[in-house]
Amino acid sequence: MSRPEGTTQSPPPPPAEAAVRTAQHHPKDGLLREDRLPHIWCPTCGIGTCVNAFVEAVRGSGIPEERFAIVSGIGCTGRVAGYLKLDSFHTTHGRAIPFATGLHLSNPELKVVVFSGDGDLVAIGGNHLIHAARRNLDLTVICVNNFIYGMTGGQLAPTTPYRARTTTSPHGNTEYPFNVPHLVASCGATYVARWTALHVRRLTQAMIEAMQKRGFAFVEVIAPCSTLYARKNRLGTGYDLMKFYHDQCEVRHGADTTELDIGFQSKITVGKFVDLEKPTYLDRLRGDGPPRT
Amino acid sequence: MSEAHPAVLTGEHFMNGDIAAAEGALAAGCRFFGGYPITPATEVSERMAERLPGLGGIYIQMEDEIASLGAVLGATWGGAKAMTATSGPGFSLMMENLGLGYMTETPCVLVNVQRGGPSTGLPTLVGQQDMMQARWGSHGDYGVIALCPASPQECFDLTIEAFNLSETYRQPVLLMTDEVVGHMTEKVVIPPADAIRLVPRRKTSRPPGEYRPYEAEADLVPPMVTAGEGYRIHVTGLTHDERGYPAVTAPVQRRTVPRLLEKIRANASRIVRLEEEATEDAEVVVVCYGITARVARPAIDAARARGLKVGILRLITAWPFPEERIRALSARVKGFVVPEINLGQMVYEVERCAAGRARTVLVPHPGGDVHEPEAILAGMEEALR
Repeated sequence: MSRPEGTTQSPPPPPAEAAVRTAQHHPKDGLLREDRLPHIWCPTCGIGTCVNAFVEAVRGSGIPEERFAIVSGIGCTGRVAGYLKLDSFHTTHGRAIPFATGLHLSNPELKVVVFSGDGDLVAIGGNHLIHAARRNLDLTVICVNNFIYGMTGGQLAPTTPYRARTTTSPHGNTEYPFNVPHLVASCGATYVARWTALHVRRLTQAMIEAMQKRGFAFVEVIAPCSTLYARKNRLGTGYDLMKFYHDQCEVRHGADTTELDIGFQSKITVGKFVDLEKPTYLDRLRGDGPPRT
Repeated sequence: MSEAHPAVLTGEHFMNGDIAAAEGALAAGCRFFGGYPITPATEVSERMAERLPGLGGIYIQMEDEIASLGAVLGATWGGAKAMTATSGPGFSLMMENLGLGYMTETPCVLVNVQRGGPSTGLPTLVGQQDMMQARWGSHGDYGVIALCPASPQECFDLTIEAFNLSETYRQPVLLMTDEVVGHMTEKVVIPPADAIRLVPRRKTSRPPGEYRPYEAEADLVPPMVTAGEGYRIHVTGLTHDERGYPAVTAPVQRRTVPRLLEKIRANASRIVRLEEEATEDAEVVVVCYGITARVARPAIDAARARGLKVGILRLITAWPFPEERIRALSARVKGFVVPEINLGQMVYEVERCAAGRARTVLVPHPGGDVHEPEAILAGMEEALR
């Protein structure tokens, strides 16, 4: 950068990027409710990474911020809605998708994103998940899967790997978990991806693609819960879980969704599995022309 | 909206109570209905499914009643007037989301066409057994508005009123009808659209940044916004402060939750609706609601033929309960008779307000059909004994 003579005593203006990385200006400012910070999540929890990726994805999506509405259920991830500075709704346990269904259908201009956890979306809310996929509602669902109920202190989830220990499977889980991407794909989801909290750039890109998708778009994010899942299973720290993702994740775009089961400390297949076009619920509702009354 | 199928079907009709409730909702501006089939409320859903698409509205059959009310709450925040309809088992399933509606102060209407319970009970037969569930069914403390139509005409009129009250007080309102009223077919007069008073949503006039979603106005009701208007609101079922932010503390609970009761209690005189007949010089007053108010009529005629001084107090709002009026009457009548198609629910309110000043006689009925007039007559005689 050239400067006119005589101005060398002034310090050079800082690069724009440096300017925002001060204590006063965090790069995620504007999309977080700073007046609600600090958040409730544990150190090394993966949910913060997911929120970080989501904020980037909102900016990268090209969709105006005012059009977003975020709906969460109950649980650790259920608290996401409360930290995002967008229209945000923190609903009842498992019922984020029905609430989002009404919000979307009554106001299709909104970009309605459901952001919740595996227990909320797949256990108590499992019925709503499969029906929303079946209807191909134009919703984006981000499911943070940490294999466990965190908010209540580490209980068994329908995503807890076989043999893993939780406070309510103290002798090891004897149930098989859901293969969540396969579940939603088989019900008709038009976009299905899985990443981990380690894959920040690819997760962000998947969120962008999901939000730009017309139809039911689902992103599963495998995320570390070191406080409960790692501790109960002696898997080390949050760092160790991220290292595990690094060593054991296999990127297989277009993988057969029947092969996406996650075993205890097994290899985790990640990638984009489904990306197709088909009429949404509203397309079909409107496409039939005027009602025959 | 096409002229052939307008929202308001002005004219005289012969329709049942369920269909009249659906037409009342449409006349009130309801454009979203999320429901799940259940006898004896299914006709409400069917009517909405037929009518809403032609009015640019949304009918969606959800996967269960939990989802139905969830979708209705979401639709309200999307800007619609929204309704669902159900009966006993579905009403039970809706209780948690009903609490979310009270806590987040979300206007909407829930029609409960009551059938006999408990459990699956009497799917096709009448009951009035959900009256206390309407008041206390969801956990926690909150104020309730519940209306009890006694005819298809009132199903139409009171559904409009239910929407108006839900918008005025910013909360769910219950239309507690019953299987007989829901399925009876009578004349229903639908007035011209411009003769129907509608209460619009209470929207804030403040710009984003100055608006606080749970800052109540003088009548204890906070004005509202809709998603997508740039306010970036947060709405939560957690105990929340005026900003809508979670604040799970005793002090915030103390200034948030009592208001949910108080906004109904303080406005009760504006909400309560009664119909009274010959109560001024009555020795005994029959307190009744819904179909039972009509079944009581021959008993009252028979009692008067015998020279008994009988008055009628018909509850149009079961909740808030007309405490003041029952207290005032209890000072000068000998007794109250409360026939209801349950084994004793609203009678406890009458007894509480009478507070020993007048006898309170329950005429119970376990459900499945309506009272024999003789049983109600016997109740009157007992009250005067």
